[in-house]
Amino acid sequence: MQAFTRLTALAVPLDLPNVDTDRIVPARFLSKPRGPECARFLFHDLRFRPDGAERADFVLNQPAYRGAGILVAAANFGCGSSREMAVWVLEAYGIRAVIAPSLGDIFHQNCFKNGLLPVLLPEAAVADLRRQLHERPGVSLTVDLPAQTVTMPGGDAARFEIDGFRKQLLLAGRDEIDLTLGYEARIREFEERQRSAMPWLSERYRV
Amino acid sequence: MPAATMFEKIWARHVVAEAPGGHVLLYVDRHLVHEGGTRALARLEAAGRRLRRPDLTFATADHYVLTSPGAVATDPEIRAMIDALARHSREQGITYFGLGDERRGIVHVVGPEQGWTLPGVTLVCGDSHTSTHGAFGALAFGIGSTEVTHVMATQTLWQAKPRAMRVSVEGQLSFGVTAKDVILALIARIGAGGATGHVIEYAGAAIRTMSMAERMTVCNMSIEAGARAGMVAPDETTFAYLEGRPFAPSGEHWLRALEDWRTLPTEPGAVFDREVALDGGELAPTVSWGTSPQDALPITAYLPDPLDFGDPVRRQGVSRALSYMGLRPGLPLDGIPVDRVFIGSCTNSRLEDLRIAARVVQGRRAMVPAWVVPGSGLIKRQAEAEGLDRVFREAGFEWREPGCSMCVGMNGEVAREGERVASTSNRNFEGRQGRGARTHLMSPAMAAAAAVAGRLTDVRAWGG
Ligand code: SF4
Repeated sequence: MQAFTRLTALAVPLDLPNVDTDRIVPARFLSKPRGPECARFLFHDLRFRPDGAERADFVLNQPAYRGAGILVAAANFGCGSSREMAVWVLEAYGIRAVIAPSLGDIFHQNCFKNGLLPVLLPEAAVADLRRQLHERPGVSLTVDLPAQTVTMPGGDAARFEIDGFRKQLLLAGRDEIDLTLGYEARIREFEERQRSAMPWLSERYRV
Repeated sequence: MPAATMFEKIWARHVVAEAPGGHVLLYVDRHLVHEGGTRALARLEAAGRRLRRPDLTFATADHYVLTSPGAVATDPEIRAMIDALARHSREQGITYFGLGDERRGIVHVVGPEQGWTLPGVTLVCGDSHTSTHGAFGALAFGIGSTEVTHVMATQTLWQAKPRAMRVSVEGQLSFGVTAKDVILALIARIGAGGATGHVIEYAGAAIRTMSMAERMTVCNMSIEAGARAGMVAPDETTFAYLEGRPFAPSGEHWLRALEDWRTLPTEPGAVFDREVALDGGELAPTVSWGTSPQDALPITAYLPDPLDFGDPVRRQGVSRALSYMGLRPGLPLDGIPVDRVFIGSCTNSRLEDLRIAARVVQGRRAMVPAWVVPGSGLIKRQAEAEGLDRVFREAGFEWREPGCSMCVGMNGEVAREGERVASTSNRNFEGRQGRGARTHLMSPAMAAAAAVAGRLTDVRAWGG
């Protein structure tokens, strides 16, 4: 996994609430291989018309926001399906941080597994941030994970909270499986205890 | 010890280790896999790892398999994925219900049907509607692909403890009102993000009197309110459903399990982080009108007007949803013409759902193309034994093979651009049932009535 420390990048505002993962990446692309080519699938049906031409009114198609690295979204961004492809297409496009008042739980988890930093800030602060980005298209924000701050276009910094466990893994770019394999003895102990207390959970099943 | 909720008890008995910062390593008792898990299996193989507990892992093919009679998968990319799932399952020793196996079906239908889903277990699957299994008093939630690989390699997950919410549905549902209406009304009330970060426990008289199929419908859509999971305390209804199922414990183990399961329910006086109450007796058949499951209203209501909303974001959202749906503000929901009907999905494709729909359809004709897609091969066979397929066919419905089908259209079974679908599935997102397709969510009874009326209609006027 890619580590995350500090990022200064062009930011794009997306005002729609409840943007579901079907909208982030439509289901018909889910069998496609993961890789740089899947950048095109990001917000596909919002970005492109059925004939493949760009929709000029979609924010990412406006010249000032093209190639953004930070997405400033509205409430409940990433709700719906568990598809991790939603994170992969954001990443393929070059987005490394999503700032929102709230995120769909599974999407939120999936961000952490891929080195994409989810930043939660109060609703009013995010709305204000989106307004500033509309007023001054093309400005950059700085997201600093060690300091847990987002620096606004005006220079003010907002502090965000993040779980310490997730923060350390992100900073180190550490793969969780490697971490967990270090707990093998504990897992085996747990299994032995469970097998005697609840033998029905691992009985040999009739198939 | 303070009084504990069912969720807390199940959580506590699965903690393997604690990390600083409140995360715990949680043991996973049951792992369900569908075609989407093929990527994770491939990563496991590439890393040279074995599946840690194949005996706790179960796979079936549902999302990508075609549901046309006799058909399997014509697209080579999809065919390769299904073949890969079969191969990995064989090599890793996973129990797999594949093509040609009558037990194959939608993963959230098959798990319970086989007795694989049990009270008190932690159960995960790379699919958000894993919340369905909570109907048995299990802690069941959806995970992403990287987490799927993690479970395969370690049989555990790092998790932060969610908060607990109780939704009490008191009273008795009136004629024509079903579990689907309860959950749609709840989501409309608390919003699509209303339960984010929470595990919901459904309680109250209206839940207690529900069958397992109905409880599954309710728990299934917990995720549409943003909840991590939904659960119902196990009781005699649960035990009667499970007893004798192929993968349920038997003999001595069954008795020991029962004894344990009776200790699971939330203790009196246990405190939830949040409480919500719904009066079941007040509910009416409910349909969605917009592009989020929270956009739902009783069938007797009128479409909202964006101008009625003070909040500009909400106003814009309503206006956008109406425009995508091709609807005008103020129109009555009852009477909106539909182009297509879909009865299926992990929300509503169980035998009871099909029986209810068939009762409405009996002796009538579908005015628009209508599909019935049973949740599993066993449900299909049982429905045929009861003659339900004949009822549907005689009414002009298509009776299809089991799978996810038009709930998500990954297999290519989609509605056309602009088509309005009365659907028993769980998501009315833009493009969910096909690019530009317009979805109205509702119960099987309401969808059946929409098929024979050719429009959204109040099923209570059609004999419920
Ligand atoms: S039926 Fe629909 S919601 Fe359920 S698992 Fe299949 S695609 Fe997902």
